[in-house]
Formats: sequence, C-alpha cells, structure tokens
Amino acid sequence: MKPTLKNYSDIVSSSIIDELKLVGGKLKGKKIQYINSTRAGGGVAEMLNCIVPLFKEMGVDVCWDVIEGDKKFFNVTKKFHNALHGREEHITDEDFETYMQTSERNIKKINIRGDIVYIHDPQPAFLIEKRNREKWIWRCHIDVSVPNERVWGFLLQFIERYDASVFSSPKFTRPLNIPQFLVCPAIDPLSDKNRPLSQREINSVLEKYGIDKTKPIVCQVSRYDYLKDPIGVIEAFKLVKKYIDCQLVLAGNRAADDPETDKVYAEVMERAKGVPDVHALIISPEHNDTDINALQRASTVIIQKSIKEGFALTVTEALWKEKPVVASAVGGIPLQIKHRYSGLLCHSIEGAAMQIRQLLHSPAYAKRLANNGKTHIKRNFLLTRLMREHMLMALALYNEDDVIYL
Amino acid sequence: MLWSCLKEKRNFPGNNMRKAKVPFSFYSHVELRESTGLKARNLRELVNIIKDAPGSVIYYHTHVFLQQHQFASPEPPNAFAYWVTHTIGDEVLGEKLGSIDISQYYTIRALREKIIEVIEGHLFDIQEIRSAVPGKEFDFTKSRSFVFTIPYRANDLAEFVEALKKITLYSLHFHIFAARLKFEKAVNDFSNWITLDLNFPELAEKIDKLDPYTYTLVGLRDKIIEMIKNSPEWNMD
Repeated sequence: MKPTLKNYSDIVSSSIIDELKLVGGKLKGKKIQYINSTRAGGGVAEMLNCIVPLFKEMGVDVCWDVIEGDKKFFNVTKKFHNALHGREEHITDEDFETYMQTSERNIKKINIRGDIVYIHDPQPAFLIEKRNREKWIWRCHIDVSVPNERVWGFLLQFIERYDASVFSSPKFTRPLNIPQFLVCPAIDPLSDKNRPLSQREINSVLEKYGIDKTKPIVCQVSRYDYLKDPIGVIEAFKLVKKYIDCQLVLAGNRAADDPETDKVYAEVMERAKGVPDVHALIISPEHNDTDINALQRASTVIIQKSIKEGFALTVTEALWKEKPVVASAVGGIPLQIKHRYSGLLCHSIEGAAMQIRQLLHSPAYAKRLANNGKTHIKRNFLLTRLMREHMLMALALYNEDDVIYL
Repeated sequence: MLWSCLKEKRNFPGNNMRKAKVPFSFYSHVELRESTGLKARNLRELVNIIKDAPGSVIYYHTHVFLQQHQFASPEPPNAFAYWVTHTIGDEVLGEKLGSIDISQYYTIRALREKIIEVIEGHLFDIQEIRSAVPGKEFDFTKSRSFVFTIPYRANDLAEFVEALKKITLYSLHFHIFAARLKFEKAVNDFSNWITLDLNFPELAEKIDKLDPYTYTLVGLRDKIIEMIKNSPEWNMD
C-alpha cells in the first residue's frame, strides 16, 4: 500500500505537512505535468513515483508522461549525458540526427496537458517545441559546469526557450538567460528503498546473494557506469582487504535509458577475478528497491567513489539509514557530507581505502558520523522538502518578486 | 534605543491585561533558492560582489547554516565566514566574519556595510590575496521568500506558548529572524506583540535580547517557552 501524507507527518511532523497543504492550496486551478524518459530505474523515475501520488492526495493536480525512444536514441542520450558531465565522448552528426528524429516522433505523440510543464534532463528537452501558453521548467540533474561544448550548444537552442531551469547546486550551473532555481533532490523515507526493514528481511536478502553476515560489508550502490568508478572501488577494496577481512558488495540495476551496464559490468567482473569476497550484483527490477534497502542496512560502511555525480541519492539513502559513508567530493556529495562531521570525503582510491579502514576500525567514530548524517538528511533531503520546492517553483513562475505573499 | 522607542509609543495603563488587544497571528515563510550566476574567486571579488548584491543574497548567506543545521549546528550561520576559513584558508578573517553579531543590525544595508568594512579592513592588512581553486568559488545565491498565514492565533501567553510548541521551525525563523532583518521591522514579531498588545514590555525585551543566532532553532523555541513560563507575567495570567 502506498504511504499517505499521514505517514509522512509521523516522520517530519504534522505541522510541516499542514504547511505543505497550505502551499498546495495556492496552486488550485493549475496542473503540473512531469515528463521524463523512463518510468522505472534511476533517481528521477523513483522520485516521480513517490511524489505524484502524494501531490494527488493533497489535491494538487499533477500528471506524469514518459517519452519513447529506442536503444539507438538512448545510446545517444547516454553519450550526451556523459559529455555534459565533461567526459570525453565521440559525438557525431548522426547522433544529433538520431536525437532529432526520435524527438520529432515524440513531439507528435506527447500530449501537453499541464499549465506548468516540468521536463527532466536532456532526453525530452526538445518538447519545448510544443510550447503554447504554458509555463515550462527544465530540470537538469547533471553537473554541466564543464560540459562538452558541442552537446551543450546543441541543447541550448531548447533550454533557453524555457521559463526557468533547475539545478541541484550552483556548482552545476552554466550562464543562462533564464532563471536558475536551486533545488536538491530528495529521498522518500517510506519507499521500499528506504522504509525500515526487520532483521529477518535483511538476512533473507543476504542469504539470497550469498553474502556472509558475520563479516563486515563495504558496499557501493549504483549503476554499472564508468562515472561511478566501480573499478576504483575494487582497487580501494583490495587495499582495505590487506588489513581487514571484509566483503565488498557492488549493487546496481539496469535502467531502461542506460545501455552501458553490460559493458561496465563485464569489466568489473574481469577486475574482480582473483579478489576474494567481492559480490558484484545486478539486482532485478522487481526486487531492486527492497534488496538495495537491505544491502544498505546490512552494510558496515557505504562507499560512493564516483568520478562525477549529479546529486548522488545513494549517499542520501545511506545517511538516512544512519550508515557511515566514504564518498568522493564531487557533484552534490559535499552538500550532504561535511567532512569529518557527517561522513568522510575522499579524492582518490588510496584516500577512500584509508577512510574505509578508519571507519571499520573505529566503530564509535563511525556511529557519530552516521548519526549526524541522518539528522542532516531528515532536515534537508526528504521528499516533503522537495514537494514544497516544486510547488514554490510553480508559483514563482507567475510572480517575479523576491517576497511573495501567498 | 529601539526598546525605549517602543515603550514610548504607547502609554500603558499597567501590567494587568490578560487578553491581547489584537491576537497574535502566526505566519510561516519558506524559501526558494535561485542562482545569481555570480562567483567570487578571492576576497577582492567577494567584497565587490557583496557591495552590489541584492539584499536577499546577503540575507541568504548570513542565515543559510542556521536553517540547514538547525538541529545541531557545527558552523557559524554565516556562509562568508565558512568559505573564507575553509576554502581561502584565512582563519583570522573567517573568525572576524563569523563573529559579526547580526543581532546588532536592524537592516540588511547596515549588515552589508559591516561585512564590507570587516573584509576591506582585512584586505588593507594582508599582503597576499589567495584565490580559491577552480570549482571552489563562492557562489552567490538569492532566496525568494513565500509568506503565508498558518492557522494559529494567540490571545494570551498561554495560547501563545501552546501555538509556539506546534508551529514549524520555518514559522519560528520568520517571526524571529526574517521579520526583524529581512522585513526590517527592527524588533522580532513576538516581542513586538508582547509589548504592544499584551503590555508586557519587560518580558518582550528579555525575548528580544536572547542572542538568537547562538541557538539552534529547536533550542531557541524551547528557550522562549521556558522564558515565558518562568516569567512573572505568566503568573499574572
């Protein structure tokens, strides 16, 4: 059964939920339409799956549509994604043609129903071509601070026709001629991925994947993606393993819009050959959320050794579960972790390994960091804050003042 | 000085009023952040941008940590101080900026001038201007405020305390910090009402002198409730 607002009030307080409803009431008569590129897999789909029913319960009129694309299209948008993050990618004229061909098909198929149209990421950015009298917001979940200029320049023809853009951090932004709102993503504390689990549920997941519950577990949860550096995690684990008898769990799923998984996974398996206690798991979609939840809760230390990140909701999830985290100081991670206060930040394989060892050897210190981390997430990165900011953005599109009396 | 002005505004008949002339209506205040696109790499750029930035930018950076870490703040509420200390590595200036007593300023303009004075004074004394490495620049952010009424009213101190227990920390922040500085009312809303509508100027003054920037918001709420309940005015009710 889907959680209701009452369930959230038990976590964040009823007065927060009451205020949320008051703000929601100011959107009466306006419909918000979300559009992204997948219904399952990845942070955006997860977030929309959570907030859409809650908005409806509040009486806020929302709907959610998904564009369609074939493997070729998603291969191109994955290349765009990596290139916007600043990774070297060979982008061809044919890639742009593929993007436009699929876009034109979607322009014909997608029905614009909202007064406020909220587009996620580059895949559906072209839909601005359908603009009529609506307000349009482009939400960028990517760090575009040092992008491939060719891809960025191509997307700008769409982006600058929006009414506003949204980024997770000022560090991710580029100069634009439209307002740039700053909204961090958030997690749903009551979703299957984050709800409390019994020890029995956790143990059954460990048994399913053949993980030893008596040995410390170091775990990275993320897609098999070069930017998440799973190879670097294995190298760090090897350094830890010299001193501590522990296990490494790499846990990822397949998202419909990510064609790179198999290639990266094969490289991970190759690199893990001969290294004992490495569990590289591909979690099936039907069990993904509960299994990931259990693996995170069973972990002694969570690592997120990304080379580039958007916001890194996996870090948010780990901190919410009161786990000590070692994570690269990239993307949105420093917004979540203040070094030595709510986790440890690293910049290299060696640094990550050293910090994992520190946490495994100093459980009291690890517990203190984890406790601070959970408090920080509760205050700043839960779904209710995100819902509030989505509504404020919608309201802000109709009023440019610095102070708006609702 | 402000307190004497407030007291002189009305000729109070005495401290025996139980019900307020006008009930206190609670408001709340939530914010939406917006990037200004302005970035400072060093102290010279920092101070130059501070001079011209909108008031909502100065307010945001002097109150952001207070809101983000309202349960247990490890840092001063001033983002300029944090960046100067941790990114530029200038602990002396960081401490000077972090110890600016924001309670002493009644307008953002005055607070801005103080920040500029502290940085420019320091720039005069130092020989080398260090720059942040790329990616660690100070990003100027502004906040857009959304103000709305919430369904809590108080006719007397008992009702006021009950409401205070229930309101969000956003509401508390609005009445104590934003009303005084962002909306330039000079005195926080609670003290204003307790003086003008309940005629308890001594209690109001005590609340206004609480040094609110040194509390977490949860701690501040508890302190105000404790102060009211332990005051002679509470017993009069």
